[in-house]
Amino acid sequence: MARIVVDVMPKPEILDPQGKAIANELPRIGLSSFTEVRQGRRFELTVDGEATEQVLAQAREAAEKLLSNPVIEDVVNVSALPEEH
Amino acid sequence: MSETHFNLDTIEHAAATPDTELPWAELGLNETEFERIKEILGRRPTAAELAMYSVMWSEHCSYKSSKVHLRQFGEKVTDEMRRNLMVGIGENAGVTDIGDGWAVTFKIESHNHPSYVEPYQGAATGVGGIVRDIISMGARPVAVMDPLRFGAIDHPDTQRVVHGIVAGVGGYGNSLGLPNIGGEVEFDPCYQGNPLVNALAVGVMRHEDIRLATASGTGNRVVLFGARTGGDGIGGASVLASESFDDSKPSKRPAVQVGDPFAEKVLIECCLELFKSSLVEGIQDLGAAGISCATSELASNGDGGMRVNLDDVLLRDPSLTPGEILMSESQERMMAVVTPEKAAAFEAVMAKWDVEYSWIGEVTDTGRLVIDHHGEVIVDVDPRTVAHDGPVYERPYARPESQDALQEAHFTGSPEDAARPSGAELGPALLELMGSPNLCSKEWVTSQYDRYVQGNTAMAMPDDAGVVRVDERSNLGVALSTDSNGRYTRLDPYRGAQLALAQAYRNVATAGARPVAVSDCLNFGSPEDPDVMWQFAEAVRGLADGCQAIGVPVTGGNVSLYNQTGGVAINPTPVVAMMGVFDDVTRRTPSGWREDGQAVYLLGETAAELDGSEWARLRGHLGGTPPRVDLDRERVLADMLVNMSRDGMIDAAHDVAEGGLGATLAEMALRFGVGARIGLGEVAERDGVDLFTLLFSETQGRAVASVPRSEEVRFRDMCTVRNYPFARIGVVDAESGSLDFQGEFAVGLDELRDAHESTLPRHFG
Amino acid sequence: MAQHLTAEQTPLVADLSQPAPDSRLADVRVGVVTFPGTLDDRDAARAVEIAGGTAVPLWYADTDLQGVDAVILPGGFSYGDYLRAGAIARFAPLMDRIVDAASADGGMPVLGICNGFQVLTEAHLLPGSMIKNERLKFLCRDQGLRVENADTAWTGRFAQGQEIVVPLKNQDGQYVADRRALDELEAEHRVVFRYAGGNPNGSRNDIAGITNARGNVVGLMPHPEHAVEPGFGADLSGSGAVGMREGTDGLDVFVSVLEHLTR
Repeated sequence: MARIVVDVMPKPEILDPQGKAIANELPRIGLSSFTEVRQGRRFELTVDGEATEQVLAQAREAAEKLLSNPVIEDVVNVSALPEEH
Repeated sequence: MSETHFNLDTIEHAAATPDTELPWAELGLNETEFERIKEILGRRPTAAELAMYSVMWSEHCSYKSSKVHLRQFGEKVTDEMRRNLMVGIGENAGVTDIGDGWAVTFKIESHNHPSYVEPYQGAATGVGGIVRDIISMGARPVAVMDPLRFGAIDHPDTQRVVHGIVAGVGGYGNSLGLPNIGGEVEFDPCYQGNPLVNALAVGVMRHEDIRLATASGTGNRVVLFGARTGGDGIGGASVLASESFDDSKPSKRPAVQVGDPFAEKVLIECCLELFKSSLVEGIQDLGAAGISCATSELASNGDGGMRVNLDDVLLRDPSLTPGEILMSESQERMMAVVTPEKAAAFEAVMAKWDVEYSWIGEVTDTGRLVIDHHGEVIVDVDPRTVAHDGPVYERPYARPESQDALQEAHFTGSPEDAARPSGAELGPALLELMGSPNLCSKEWVTSQYDRYVQGNTAMAMPDDAGVVRVDERSNLGVALSTDSNGRYTRLDPYRGAQLALAQAYRNVATAGARPVAVSDCLNFGSPEDPDVMWQFAEAVRGLADGCQAIGVPVTGGNVSLYNQTGGVAINPTPVVAMMGVFDDVTRRTPSGWREDGQAVYLLGETAAELDGSEWARLRGHLGGTPPRVDLDRERVLADMLVNMSRDGMIDAAHDVAEGGLGATLAEMALRFGVGARIGLGEVAERDGVDLFTLLFSETQGRAVASVPRSEEVRFRDMCTVRNYPFARIGVVDAESGSLDFQGEFAVGLDELRDAHESTLPRHFG
Repeated sequence: MAQHLTAEQTPLVADLSQPAPDSRLADVRVGVVTFPGTLDDRDAARAVEIAGGTAVPLWYADTDLQGVDAVILPGGFSYGDYLRAGAIARFAPLMDRIVDAASADGGMPVLGICNGFQVLTEAHLLPGSMIKNERLKFLCRDQGLRVENADTAWTGRFAQGQEIVVPLKNQDGQYVADRRALDELEAEHRVVFRYAGGNPNGSRNDIAGITNARGNVVGLMPHPEHAVEPGFGADLSGSGAVGMREGTDGLDVFVSVLEHLTR
């Protein structure tokens, strides 16, 4: 069993209201080091067997076709998770 | 053009370099328009000026193709129509006096093209935009409504569009705390590549709180507040709204605007606080064409000019060029004019609500709109030439040659092809109709909208109109209904527009309110097609004549053209929103009966009018001529329904419209799950039609009411005095659990409900 | 739809044409908190007034509870529900005061409705959390509820087991908690409202509302404040058929706290 992680972020030029709300709150709870927050989404896809190149290709396809909306989002990462022990 | 070039293009530079190539065609201008701009300025425009003119002279912002027709709404106006009108067409939204010092503003607008590209955000920002129009009049928004039109229910792409648009309307409206009180949902293949998302908002205010978009008083300060300016929908107004989609040019897709309903909710409360303390002299929302529109409209409506420093605009994306800043359609922004004395108080309100703002300029006495960037003048124009003196086209139009053939192709359904059921077939036919995509229950959609918030909703879908209370002490309130029938309008645009008007008018009156104002959203194909332009011209003429006939003014609205995919236009779809007034909203009339033993009456007569009907649609037919409209009769009917409601003569009423009498009776029974025994023999004989025609014809001027036994004499007297045909067609039967057409057929309510309610969940989950 | 109750079980709904049954109720001050993005604050205040009490608007950024006797955290989308529903609102300065007052000796009554419930769970005044509805859609409908605990500060007017109908409207309404927390809630009779006539959102154990051990803090997802005024309430009632929008089953939530505080 292996897991593949897909990370999706709003495109840089697209307004990210969630990130903005969080960024505004951080200094109020005393955490003032951050100049910007953007909120994305992470998906974990599990496969039987190994995360072969073919499986990764399918995950990339899933990311482009289903997990993200290319009009407003970018897929920024599709990668296999290291095996858990 | 490079960014550097933009930055360097000052008015001096423009004057010195008359031959510089400019991308006027890419920005949607034609050569004549570009020449006109040069003539106005006496030199070539700077890049920033070109950006401003191009968005403001786009079809979407300038109404250049529709203006010559829309004038009729202002010309065909009687004193009766002016009586309650406080602010008419031309402002952000019209304002109507509803009495006791209260005023109501409402408007309906389209967001069709963005909703096809990105259904969720397109629909969401459609709601956001219309709500800002309402706020900018000084009103507190109190409700929204959304007429939606999609492609065929079983087309693969319809899923994506329906889920996205419904979630977008709900996601934004629910987060704003505005009850969604009605609208329409239609499925037709003509909207496949071009769904219609029309959004209506209504707001209320005291008379003295009305605000206008004017920048007056030299030395007053101009402030931009709300969200920061980013690259959202740059060119969206001109490019998205003015060109039809063509699969071969996907690269023209501009950035999509993303809505932030939380920011808008805060902006609403913040603006209301500004209004309450009279802190702004003029205010304008930023919608299509962003800062270009707001500065040029504020300045040209005022008594002087305006000077703006673009460096002071707070940016989300620092790489934006001046032209892009001027064109950006970032949402949730407002611009206001504030006197210097009130600036500190203004800032305090911003601080309380945590809203970002920036003082970007001031009102001048030059009569010019001057915009600086990095210390150089990049715009110097007469604001009127940008905002109001855009091109006006008398587009050629002609009745299409095919129209005659279309109108001659009457619905002739015969028993042989199952298109004209009779006897025992009528029960299954009614079930089929009530389960069809366009007459089925829309609860799958409406249950995704909050209809309770604010606690003033007295009635909402599936009743004939949405009703909200305005004054909590007196129960003064308003009713709203929207209507359109693209099939009727396709068959006869003049009459089709009047049918939309008649139905919206009748809906409001059926709910018990006195109709007082209209807003319209005119969705049509390309104005460059003479066939489409004829549809538009005829529909506007029909609507203007119709409004005059019923004595209710058009107070504002919106035109959406280029609704087509490839060369095929949508059915012309003029959506009419009608507002009515109640002295006491608790007197509103529900659309279903519930008291056992009450008499069921049909008002009006039925003719054989099946052309363009829902039944014909079910049998794949569109041809002939739509039902006749008699607006004088509609006036009598509306007046009766309002009086009957006020005097407690009726307990329920529902108008007869799409689907005919059969659908009306079925909906009345389903509303509260109470059956009735119906006998139609006498009426069929009186009107000279068979039972099928009586049940499925869509003749206008009809409504069904349930009347308490004690009120029957008064009810009948009123109909007799007004000389309006009426017939007692049945009795409410709370025990039977069925709609029993006595001696003909009966339909169990469980079976009927199942047919009615299962359609949308079956398709959309 | 909820089962009909017998005449004995039918609650007496306040008759608004009469003065409040106990004039002392008007002296009870119930604070209604507005966060940025709160939507149902005016509705909650109206419910308090119709019940006979005095509503006091409270602003999230203030640090003063203005001497109120009870607090309502109303519904809405505080901070847009971005991050998680209620996650940001719970850091508001006023929330510290509310948590203190609710936990102090007096045990000030606190009611969280919908987003307010979410704030209470984020503030750890109540266990568990809310996730997206099972069907992933916003859902607005009249909802049957069974009152499981009539001993809290907010439910004293109800009878144990009574069924009521109030509007439900939310996107993130599915109540979840780990097994141990659920067992504890059940064992201590801290489930206050349970969905009746069908679970609308997949909530564990059909839970619609819960209380703390003391019974002064109650959170629920449905909206009693939208069923308090005839003509503008729900279409249904737990006590039988009512006219369109005549359902006012929610009113007793607000009358309960007023009576609790004047006892």
